[in-house]
Amino acid sequence: MQLTLWTYEGPPHVGAMRIATAMEGVHYVLHAPQGDTYADLLFTMIERRNKRTPVTYTTFQARDLGGDTAELFKNACQQAYERFKPEAMLVGASCTAELIQDNPGGLAAALQLPLPVIPLELPAYQKKENWGAAETFYHLVRALTGSQAATFQRGTPESEGRRARCNVLGPTALGFRHRDDIAEVTRLLGMIGVDINVTAPMGARPADIARIPQADFNICLYPETADTTTRWLERTFRQPVVKTVPIGVGATRDFIREVAVLAGLDPEATLSRIEAEVGSRLPWYSRSVDSTYLTGKRVFIFGDATHAIAAARVASKELGFEVVGLGTYSREFARDVRAAAALYGLEALITDDYLEVEEAIGAVQPELVLGTQMERNIAKKLGLACAVISAPVHVQDFPARTSPQMGFEGANVIFDTWVHPLMMGLEEHLLGMFRGDFEFKDDVAASHLGHGHGSHKAAARDEPIMVSEQPSVAALSDAAGHAAGQISLVWTQDAEKELKKIPFFVRGKARRNTERFATERGVTPITVETLYDAKAHFGR
Amino acid sequence: MNDMTPVPVASARAIGCLDAPVRKERGQHAVFCGLTGIIWMHRKIQDAFFLVVGSRTCAHLIQSAAGVMIFAEPRFATAIIDERDLAGLADVHDELDRVVAKLLARRPDIKLLFLVGSCPSEVIKLDLSKAASRLDRQFFPNVRVLSYSGSGIETTFTQGEDAALAALVPALPAEPTDAVPSLMIVGALADVVEDQFVRLFAEMGISNVKALPPRRSTELPDIGPNTRYLLAQPFLADTAKALEARGAQRITAPFPLGVQGTTEWLRAGAQSFGADPARFEAVTAAPAARARQAVSRYLPHLEGKRVMFFPDSQLEVPLARFLANELSMQLEEVATPYLHRAHLSADLALLPAGTALSEGPDVDLQLDRCRESRPDLVVCGLGLANPLEAENITTKWSIELVFTPIQGFEQAGDLAELFARPFGRQSRLEV
Repeated sequence: MQLTLWTYEGPPHVGAMRIATAMEGVHYVLHAPQGDTYADLLFTMIERRNKRTPVTYTTFQARDLGGDTAELFKNACQQAYERFKPEAMLVGASCTAELIQDNPGGLAAALQLPLPVIPLELPAYQKKENWGAAETFYHLVRALTGSQAATFQRGTPESEGRRARCNVLGPTALGFRHRDDIAEVTRLLGMIGVDINVTAPMGARPADIARIPQADFNICLYPETADTTTRWLERTFRQPVVKTVPIGVGATRDFIREVAVLAGLDPEATLSRIEAEVGSRLPWYSRSVDSTYLTGKRVFIFGDATHAIAAARVASKELGFEVVGLGTYSREFARDVRAAAALYGLEALITDDYLEVEEAIGAVQPELVLGTQMERNIAKKLGLACAVISAPVHVQDFPARTSPQMGFEGANVIFDTWVHPLMMGLEEHLLGMFRGDFEFKDDVAASHLGHGHGSHKAAARDEPIMVSEQPSVAALSDAAGHAAGQISLVWTQDAEKELKKIPFFVRGKARRNTERFATERGVTPITVETLYDAKAHFGR
Repeated sequence: MNDMTPVPVASARAIGCLDAPVRKERGQHAVFCGLTGIIWMHRKIQDAFFLVVGSRTCAHLIQSAAGVMIFAEPRFATAIIDERDLAGLADVHDELDRVVAKLLARRPDIKLLFLVGSCPSEVIKLDLSKAASRLDRQFFPNVRVLSYSGSGIETTFTQGEDAALAALVPALPAEPTDAVPSLMIVGALADVVEDQFVRLFAEMGISNVKALPPRRSTELPDIGPNTRYLLAQPFLADTAKALEARGAQRITAPFPLGVQGTTEWLRAGAQSFGADPARFEAVTAAPAARARQAVSRYLPHLEGKRVMFFPDSQLEVPLARFLANELSMQLEEVATPYLHRAHLSADLALLPAGTALSEGPDVDLQLDRCRESRPDLVVCGLGLANPLEAENITTKWSIELVFTPIQGFEQAGDLAELFARPFGRQSRLEV
């Protein structure tokens, strides 16, 4: 039993819904109690979809449990088939129905409906949303293409005198910027000179899924959803997989080269041709002197594995930040994130416990948090700048404009959205130089961020013990940790005053460094001298 | 009826829909479960914490239910049952004790803890009332621990509040046997609305007024045979039963929505306490007139429009009564998850005769009727609103009616505005 305030992922059947809702002509019959229909509004409200989700819920009640819930499920299947006339049907159970063990797959098969019916077994007490999406996509692709495996033949582009063609796999409903990424990646593939055979699940029909084997190779755009499927397709239909996820300039360049090689094109020539035409502005923006102030900004990154790993590369190599924390809630990809973290000399934070993430962010006091909507909340509480890089999503993550994360345009978007929340260069200097200005309040954010971003109540995080008016679980646990570890450290009044002259957004770090320095050397009390000794010792 | 009744009652309408037939259907219900009530209950009782014992779905539901995530510090959480818990039941109670101890150690400000049952906890027959009394023995008097079920197999949306309040009733202190009669307002209201009602009753000379739920668990109202209660919400069947088991007596009234509902609700309270009718009129005349004026501003936008309710909060019948009687709207269909004939008797009597009523309808069949009759306005949940808008059917999200102060005189105009807003918006847009 785990105490959970917020969850990064829903249950696995919500992952299945993301596949069904992304597609056309697929209907999902879910054995579930009333109330589970809440999941519809994720799609209709957060993503503003203009159609009902293609899901029928049996909505059984307590009084049905003594009776025949299996019959209820069969009726729901039959009626959903007659009403919605889908081309393929997914059937499964949510967490409660899993406990009553009605076997939706067997019941649906007994109806002998004249369409492919794909049973899903998504263990709700072990697995989560992304796993559910990956598993659903895999079973769907397997069911609709598997019969071709024994006899399938595919010619090469050369033998058939055609351009190379690929599948773009992984985009779902409710994905972070999937809609815009697909537009950008489609454009990029067109420029490379590769045809798209099928994009799936987003926008695909069951008949399109059946055509997947006809592509020369697959692009695994979102490993969280498509990794299982692309591995199976590689084994079954000998389709190589492009594994580079084109987020950031470097990764987009790698992606173009990788695709070009599989398409039988000259990778470097293809890349220079495309960059000459539509390269990103990020490299120049990053090199322009205005961006000097971005150097070494301490950034904490948390999200799904794909976006977190990509963000670390962009932050470190393309914006000149220092990555001080990297983590993910995607346990399935923990190994990849650990490997990425090692590149920055870090130990990855692998957790789905929001409180643990909050604690980790509080401990390293970054200047920028790149995370999910959960980390946005944490950052708001701690008075830190933040940009959202990953699901779970919020209505704000579906902007009206096209705003991809992938490709060269995605890199432009990333430059803007990550740099915008930070203090601007000159402003930061002025704050540092004239701490005493009566209009420079500690909790004031960058002036270009307007009113709403100011007054970070909790910016006083660097105070020895922080208990806000409404003590939160996290704040209290943090306070307890603080009290236990640091109770013996005493600051002289002068040293406290001097500390206050340091801008608030680095003050927490200064306090921590000074206290660590003092503890290691047994210095007490901490004086102005100690403060500057520590500064000299640690550098910036 | 006396001359204060704002709407003339024709003889044909005198019984309204009191005995009207109700369509009942089996099929998919697109409604929330009772866990959703936690979203407002945890704000209403400021020192209470709601710990759902359930699955990841439950946790996901609560954080998604308001349409977007809520980012204030929550006083609710989910103890997520996992595979290990399902392996052996004895374990689950130990696990729960561990989670509760951890939670209470971190939140010393919490004085009332609700263990909230869910579909999975009901299906595996996890006895939360046993767990609650065990934990209550351990933590009382610092923390009182109670339990109720918010599961979707037993409760729909607002019934979660009913279950929570019903669980709270046995914890209310007994009033002294010689207690003077007191009035209890039952059902979570916005603080501002509650204060208005208390003020109005005080002006009528009824000063002994208490509220359930209280704003703090340390201010539990007492109860006994000298308590008379007025339901402020139509979804409190179990709470009413529990109150009556403690000797309290219900005052029959329509619900305080709109001028008519508010006047009659206040009047029922006033009459029960023998308040002077002239005093009642003097106290209510000005706010009622103000409310009538505020409501009438929206009459031109809503008059004659046909409205259909999809089931959501059990507020549908009194809301329909308000729209029909005070804004002259036509009721195409009034669907509610559960129709409590006794508690709604006064509202049903005021509903135009022949109104199509349905209880817990099949969402697909009701959508068929909706597309067939194409009402001017559909009041429905968030899962249906955008899809219907995309079919050029104007909608009003029903959940807003639960999360907005709409009861009482001063809010009657706001309530009308909520229904008029979709039309006002349409008339502004040229895209």
